[in-house]
Order: sequence, then C-alpha cells, then structure tokens
Amino acid sequence: MFRRALATGAISLFAFVGAAGAQTTLTIATVNNGDMIRMQGLTQDFTEKHPDIALNWVTLEENVLRQRVTTDIATSGGQFDVMTIGTYEVPIWAANDWLVPLENLGDDYDVDDILPPIREALSANGKLYAAPFYAESAMTLYRKDLFEAAGLEMPAAPTWDFIEQAAKKISETNDDVYGICLRGKPGWGENMAFLGAMARSYGANYFDASWQPQFESEGWKTAVDQYVRMMTEYGPPGAASNGFNENLSLFNQGRCAMWMDATVAASFVTNPKESQVAENVGFAPFPCGIENCPNKGANWLWAWSLAIPAGSQKAEAAETFIGWATSKDYLELVAEKEGWANVPPGTRTSLYENEAYTSKAPFAEATLNAINNADPSIKDDKPYVGLQFAAIPEFQGLGTAVGQQMAAAVSGSMSVEQALSAAQQAATREMTRAGYIK
Amino acid sequence: MARAVSTRRKIGFTVLGWTVGLLIFFPVLWTVITSFKTELAAISIPPQWVFFDWTLENYVEVQERSNYFRFMMNSVYLALGSTLVGLIFAVPAAWAMAFSPTKSTKNILLWMLSTKMLPAVGVLVPIYLIFRDMGLLDTRTGLIVVLFLINLPIMVWMLYTYFREIPVEILEAARMDGATLMKEITQVLAPMAVPGIASTVLLSVILAWNEAFWTLNLTTTDAAPLTAFIASFSSPQGNFYAKLSAASTMAIAPILIIGWFSQRQLVRGLTFGAVK
Amino acid sequence: MATLQTKSAARLMMAPSVIALLIWMIVPLSLTLYFSTLNYNLFNPAETPFIGLMNYRFFLSDPAFLTALQNTLTLVVGVLIITVGGGILLALLLDQVFYGVSIVRLLVIAPFFVMPTVAALVWKNMMMNPVYGVIGQALEFVGIGAIDWFSNAPLTAVIIIVAWQWLPFSTLILLTALQSLSEDQKEAAEMDGAKALSIFWYITLPHMARAITVVILIQTIFLLSIFAEIYVTTSGGPGLQTTNIPYLVYSQALLQFDVGGASAGGIVAVVLANIVAFFLVRLIGKNLDA
Repeated sequence: MFRRALATGAISLFAFVGAAGAQTTLTIATVNNGDMIRMQGLTQDFTEKHPDIALNWVTLEENVLRQRVTTDIATSGGQFDVMTIGTYEVPIWAANDWLVPLENLGDDYDVDDILPPIREALSANGKLYAAPFYAESAMTLYRKDLFEAAGLEMPAAPTWDFIEQAAKKISETNDDVYGICLRGKPGWGENMAFLGAMARSYGANYFDASWQPQFESEGWKTAVDQYVRMMTEYGPPGAASNGFNENLSLFNQGRCAMWMDATVAASFVTNPKESQVAENVGFAPFPCGIENCPNKGANWLWAWSLAIPAGSQKAEAAETFIGWATSKDYLELVAEKEGWANVPPGTRTSLYENEAYTSKAPFAEATLNAINNADPSIKDDKPYVGLQFAAIPEFQGLGTAVGQQMAAAVSGSMSVEQALSAAQQAATREMTRAGYIK
Repeated sequence: MARAVSTRRKIGFTVLGWTVGLLIFFPVLWTVITSFKTELAAISIPPQWVFFDWTLENYVEVQERSNYFRFMMNSVYLALGSTLVGLIFAVPAAWAMAFSPTKSTKNILLWMLSTKMLPAVGVLVPIYLIFRDMGLLDTRTGLIVVLFLINLPIMVWMLYTYFREIPVEILEAARMDGATLMKEITQVLAPMAVPGIASTVLLSVILAWNEAFWTLNLTTTDAAPLTAFIASFSSPQGNFYAKLSAASTMAIAPILIIGWFSQRQLVRGLTFGAVK
Repeated sequence: MATLQTKSAARLMMAPSVIALLIWMIVPLSLTLYFSTLNYNLFNPAETPFIGLMNYRFFLSDPAFLTALQNTLTLVVGVLIITVGGGILLALLLDQVFYGVSIVRLLVIAPFFVMPTVAALVWKNMMMNPVYGVIGQALEFVGIGAIDWFSNAPLTAVIIIVAWQWLPFSTLILLTALQSLSEDQKEAAEMDGAKALSIFWYITLPHMARAITVVILIQTIFLLSIFAEIYVTTSGGPGLQTTNIPYLVYSQALLQFDVGGASAGGIVAVVLANIVAFFLVRLIGKNLDA
C-alpha cells in the first residue's frame, strides 16, 4: 500500500515537472460524447509526441457546450483554443471570419481522404475551416429477429408506408415491444433533425427560394401526420420527451423493433457491453416518402469537428493538435487500444477501404452510403446550406420553437394541423423580423 | 417536556414517519444505489433493488475522466470565499438595520431581496463582456464576487432577523457602561450572534455550492466547480444512468454530509426570526 | 432612540452592502437597457443598429409571452401550495415522538442539498420516465399503469420536482415554529375538551402564521427564477406548456443568441418581478413588522 502511494506520488511529481516544462497549454472545449471521451483518454499519445504542448479539457453536455463556445467566440472572450462545433456552425462562423483556416495539418494528413460531402460541409471559399472528428448521416436500425418472426423482410430502400405497416404488425404481435422509436424531444438538434430529414424525404424543405417557411406545405403535412400517427399508435410512451439517448436505451433494452436515427447509433447498439440485442441488429437506409427521394434518401449530414477561433494566440499548437486528433494515425491508435468497432466513424475514405474495419463494423457500408449520398449544398428551391437544419443564425431558435409545436402534436395536446400552423406562424414571424422576408 | 405517549400511538407514528421519510429521500437513495450498478443493470426492467452485482466501475471511470478533486476544491473555494466576503459586507449592514432602524430600513431590505428576482440569463452577455475586459473569466476571484453578490441579500436578511432577536436592553446597558462601538460588537453582540451567523454561513455555502448558471457560464477549467463536473456527465450519447448517478453522488455528498451534521444550526437560523 | 452619531455610523455600516448591490444592479442593468434597443444578434456582432423599442414590441407581442407569464404564476403558486401544505403536515408529523425521529428528519431535509440540475436529471430519467422510471414501474405494479408525465402533465411534473426540492425548507421552518408553541397552551385547550382539529385550527395554525409568511416570501423569490428543472426535463415543452419567463428569456439569449431581444425580455422580467415584490410587501410586509 505504502509503496503504491509512493509510486503514485512519484508519477504525479513527474507529471508536474512535465507540465512545468510545457510551453503551451491548449484549452479544448468538447462535447461529452463517447468518441470524444475516448480521445481524452488517449491524450498521452499526443503529449508524448509533442512534449511542448499540454492539454486542458473542458467536456460539456451538447447544449451547454454550444452556449459556452458561441458566447465566447462572439464576444472574443478567448477562453478556448480548440472548439468542437458542428456542420451547422462552420459555414456561419467562417463567413464571420471567426475561424482560422486549417492549412497546416501536417504532411501526411491527406485532406483529400476526408469524405467529400463532409469536406465540403466544413469548407468555405475552398478553405477547410474545421476538421471532422466523427460524422454521421441517418439510417434505419431494426431488429432482424423480430422481422423474421413477423415474416417481414426489410427492403433495400424502405418507404415510410412499409415502415408504418411493419411497425403495426410487430407491435400487434409483441406485447413489450414498440413498433417504432423516433425522436420526440423538442430541439433543433433533436426532433427537428429527424423531422427535417423525414419532411425532405417527402420532398419538403424548411424554406422555399424566397425564404418563406414551408411548414404548411403538402410534404410537411404528410410527414408530420404519419410521424404522429406512428408515434402515438406504435411508439413508446413518453415519446415526446425521448431524444437520441432515451431511444438508444429503449433499443438496447430490446424494446424497439425499428429506430431511425443518426448512423453513429450503430456502434452503440452492436456493442454487447451496452446492448442486449447486439447480435440481432440490421441496418437499412433512412426510409423515403416519395419515389426518387431527394439525396437518395440520405437527408441528414452532421460532423462534430474541431476548429480554432480567430485571434487565438496558440493557433499553431492548436492546429498541431487537430492534425493529430483527426488523422489516420489516430484511427489506428483507437483501433489498437479499443478495437476497430470503436473508431470514430464517417470521416475518411481510407477507413472504409480498410478490411480490418469493415469486417468488424457491420454497419460500415450503410454508414458510408448514407454519408456519400447526402448533399447539403444550396439548390434552386433551397436557399440554405444544410439538410436536417438550415445553416442560418436564426435557425436554432426557430427550429426549437417549431420542435416544441411538434412535441405538442406527439403528446396529443394539439392536432397536427394546429401544430403546423403555429409553427408556420412562429417561423414567419422570426424570418420577417430577421429581414429574410421582405 | 416529554409527553406521555401510548406505545400504540408511538408505533403508528414510527411506521408513518419512516414511510414518509423514505419516500421523500427515495430519489437520493436510488441515485446512490444506481451508482453501483452497471449501465445495463441501471436500465433493467423491473428495477433491481439490492440483488445485483455491486460495482465501483462507475466511480473509477468518472474519476479517470475528470479529476473530481479539482472540481470539488473549486466548489469549496467558491462557497467559502463568497460566504466570507458576504459576511464582511452583511454583518455590519444587518447590525445597523437591526439596532438603528430608520423608516427606510424595510424598504432597503426588500429592495435588496428584489435584486434576486432578475433572470440571470438576461444579463449574461453584459457580465461576460465586463469579465472579459477585467480579465476575470475563469478566475475564482470573479466567481466569488458574483456568488457573493447573489447571496448578499439573503445573508443580510437572515442576519437582520436574527440580530433583531437580541434584546436591545443588553446593548443599552453596555452603552451606559461606556462601551465603544468596537467593544459593543466584539464583547456583547458577537457571542449572542454566533448561532445566527453560523446558520447564515451554512445557507450561503449551500446556495453557492448549488449555483449552476454563473458557475457554468463564466468558467472553463481553472475555476470550474462541481456544477461543471455534472455538465460533462449529463446526457452524453450512450447509456449513462449509472455514470450520471456516480457523478451526482460525488457532487452532492460533501454538501449533504455537511448539511446533515449541522442541521441544528441551520434550523435555528432558517427561521428568519419567524418564531416568536 | 438611536443617537445622531449611531445613525451615521449605521449608514456607514450599511453602505458597503448597499453600494455593492447597487453596482451589481445598475451596471448590468444599464448595459441591458442599452442592448435592448439594438438589433444585436451574437452571430452578427459587427452590426448592431439602433432599433428603438422594436425588441420590446417583439417580446411582448410574442404569443409565448402570455403563456409564459401564466406558467410562471402557476408554477410559483403550485409549488407554494404543496410546500406550505406538505410542510405543515410534515412538521406536525416530525413534532411527534416516535422511534428514529431524528433520522427521519435527516431524510426529509436531504433534497434541499441536492443541486437543481442533479435533482432534475434524477427525476426525469430514473423516477418519471414512463418505461423504466421507478414511479411508472410502481404504478404498473399496483395496476394503475405508468403515467407519461412529461407529455401528459408536464407542468405538474415540473411542479412536483421543484416542490420536492423546497419541501425540506418549509418543513424545517414550520417545524421550528411548531416546536416553539408551548405545551401548556395545547394542554389547556385539551383540558377544555377541544378536538385535535380545532386545536390545530385555532391555536397551532395562527402560531405558525409568521413562519408561513417567511416561507412564502423567500420561496417566491427563488421560484420566480426557476430554470434548471425546466431546461433539463422538458425544454419548455411540449408546445409552450412548461415555458416560464426565465426560460423564455433563456431561449432568446442562448438558443437564438438574440442579445437585443433577450435584454428586452430581461427588462420586462425585472419590471414584473418588482410588481410581484410590491404586492408581496403589501401582503405580508405588515406581518413581518411585529
């Protein structure tokens, strides 16, 4: 016991001396998701390679993180050297000149290896403003065993009508299984991420070419109608407060037959340590409402990425760190320490060409297809960047307000029509005020 | 003092009292139990009460991920620092209000309390800018100032009501004897005021410990207390009930234990002179 | 009567507190007032044109505003009713002689020490979740069936959580008040043949009046700014069912990053708080003079 205490003391003394010798301390703000927490645990590899850089982690829940980094960057508070942000922030912040373009990520970094849609989403004027740590699109996760027992087969490109019937059939034959689990918790990054993607699969956007909100359009009506019907009839109780996590818990407990959500869910539900149904999960594309689905049904794109705030005194060291955290070597490092299935997904082509990975990750192909098919760029009928969100500053507040109305529809305190009309009104009000609608 | 109580009545109240007590305490108890489960056991249906594999892995993991003691020490610094500064300001003010009241005393008190009603989030940006310009972001000093100002009205109020209970005659007698103001305070007032000050300290420490808006928004690493520690465990991707429970237990244990040990002082002061 | 000398001494002693609070109030408040006249979005801080009272018009004409006002009042009154009523009952219970009464008292005051965020997380995930929450399981077990709290009774759910946190506070104060009631008084009444209920009504309750006043005053101050519990559990929804004024200001400030709008909302909230304070003072201020 005493010897062990002494050893610990010696180690911490050593660590202290090491820290004292360090030239630069980077403060890194990041979100508390599993992949980032793993990165925190692997810090030693970085500090060994770069003894002159010390790392200080600020790990926060997504919403708190977002409000912290936005307040800080907008007021030039200078509290962080590296910020974890998403594909929503990057185009807006880059346009404000808030970010440092990443041009020196290292010789063997291979920028061209980053999946094209992701690279595109994180660039402005041909410059990369944030490096992707992990990326996701949306997919269908379903229980192969339940489908088999019900005599169903998941088509290669499922439609929402098929999904609804399958949900009906399975929930009728199984007492303690809900036919379908979907996000209901209000928030622009929660239920609206899902509903935005679903509405797009019916051909509807958030705004038309003249920035008029589209919540009362045919596509939104059909999508929300079907969504509310499926949730109330075949969904779990409390659906209006279920977000990604709540659904994940339900799915891992074997309570959901189907779940449409971010592709990153795939590695959680196939992990036997966390999931009781790890062996029985099947993967299919995100369903579609109409034929010739926009984006081939891939209407969701998100990448948690690392960026450097403009004006940082430590930009060089920060870029060195980002180069390490998003490199090919980092993927190898995680694979070596934690196994290939735990590698941060969705960022690099080479990962999906690596057989060591594809053999360990049954969801690899579905993830890659979903990401590669997603195209968030501006179109004739869609004046904004983004699929499940619109990359304009007003969208966070507006999306959340609309999400509230949708949650009210799911909980039954409002009809779908009322909810959509309230959403339309709130959105029109906000867009008029912000000067989009003249 | 003791009342004669029939045994039957006593047993009846014992059953009732314990049932109610355990019901109210249950969420805390359940958090502590869950903190010893695996993530899968934490969401199992039906819930597992006692017979599961008790594990410490959540605590180990929480500690590996974030250095609990650094956060806790900051919580201690902030709670004690803001309370100490608060006392320095509040004791004289409350003393003056209690012993030399004027017509406006009550108005001043209520004005002080009303400053607590403004929504903090409305002034976040101004405060952030001021802190940035003064170099106070992520410093304990900055947060101590904020927490002290937030709690000052409550401290003045509590001390005021407590001091008012002290009979003025004693003071007057001391004055007749020619005691100076200093002597008045140190030799006559202080001994009588100690219990009230003690409970004020306690309440201020509790409130500062649990303050979660400013402590989250004005800190990054150096000054981040346990509220920031919790923010890194609430709703991550993946199952998290067990880890959240462990982190929660660690965050509330110190203040709960202090509170339990000193509940008698707390009770005495919390009455705000309401008991006559 | 205080002499002139002690009066000026008293002023001197009050000055630091008063000045500190004045600065704490005036500096951010005047900045907030200034911001509230600008079109200031954090995403576009370079351009902040002066727009007069537009932000106020926008905030006050927001359909969410009246709902939020109503929810704020429901929340405050709901929690006050539960904590004062429950507090009286709990105080009466803890005033009895029974085995382990001091331990039960510790159990009852525990929620007061729990951080609001933690309390909300625990209630949301482990108590009230309709699938694996303990309450749902228990109701299922007795055959009632789980309640979907946050969809069907969201404001009630928030009130329960907040009341749970504040119940110990009122219990402690009321218990102390109760224990100061002299036994002689009660015994005398019992001799006269008074029923337990009328003893409570005519002797105990009036005795506690002052303590109840204090509970209401202090709690109202804290309840008007309830935020963490709503943020964690319902994010103000579904619809606007749990949006109160602080949450509405929050969504302006940190979801929309509309500093101008949030500042206007903050000023409106200050005005409202002062109206409440004014009535509180009239209602119960007298009671505190005694």
